[in-house]
Amino acid sequence: MKARVTVTLKSGILDPQGKAIEGALKSLGVEGIASVRQGKVFDIEIAGTDKAKAEATLKQAADKLLANTVIENYRVEVSG
Amino acid sequence: MKSAVLVFPGINRERDMARALTLISGRAPAMVWHAETALPAGTDLVVIPGGFSYGDYLRCGAIAARAPIMDAVRAHADKGGLVLAICNGFQIACEAGLLPGALMRNAQLKFICHDAYLRVERSDTPFSRGYNAGQVIRVPVAHGEGNYVADADTLARLEGEGRVLYRYVSPDGALDPAWNINGAINAIAGILNARGNVLGMMPHPENHVEASMGCTDGRGLFAGLVAHVARAA
Repeated sequence: MKARVTVTLKSGILDPQGKAIEGALKSLGVEGIASVRQGKVFDIEIAGTDKAKAEATLKQAADKLLANTVIENYRVEVSG
Repeated sequence: MKSAVLVFPGINRERDMARALTLISGRAPAMVWHAETALPAGTDLVVIPGGFSYGDYLRCGAIAARAPIMDAVRAHADKGGLVLAICNGFQIACEAGLLPGALMRNAQLKFICHDAYLRVERSDTPFSRGYNAGQVIRVPVAHGEGNYVADADTLARLEGEGRVLYRYVSPDGALDPAWNINGAINAIAGILNARGNVLGMMPHPENHVEASMGCTDGRGLFAGLVAHVARAA
């Protein structure tokens, strides 16, 4: 099964990289951008077909390593 | 003082640290590989040195923080053993839950490699008894992710409990955004855990310990640790 874990910075955590990207987009003349926050995407191949088990596995992976829950939130998706 | 310096792939300041410890404590530290599961018996001080463990992949310090040796470091700290975490070591200690908060990209997005001025906020800790409270020391920094952050509650607790030990200041000891080199919240350069036996700091005191380095302001930190351990023994 294909799965995706998306890790984003919690609101309130300063994101200097996102700010720099936001500034670059503005200087490129891309209009209508209010703000940018940078995050990470992990595309993961899951063995087996049990969707609930896959979600539990991904949650464990995110809690143990992929996200630092002091500063980041994550979202888990399994596409059957 | 018996010290142990942890070695992770990608760490590059472990030999500077070993040299400083040998010079000031008179005893060479044990170099402990990350895959080990125990520290040498009788270790007083564990040092997590600086560098770029695992190439800073995922997040700085994230992978090293999950290495087998870190369970032994946690047990050592839980028993009141001393832990000194410098630069990447500070990032590893935060990722491992030994210290609160996290270290983000420097506010100005640049890797900074020059001397910083630090104010010693208190002298009654194992990590600062070699200095006077309010003293300003000059210590090198070399990092891209040293911008300390913590949530409001954690920050209030750190400040309220006097756990901010080192702060970035001007050469005359004043808090000034221009001298807060990486934009850290409250100009935090180094913090203690609640028990006061774990210090994390971004600057490198081990690189200012000999006259040939141009400055010896870092010696006090190590000399203080040696005195603390000698007194406890």
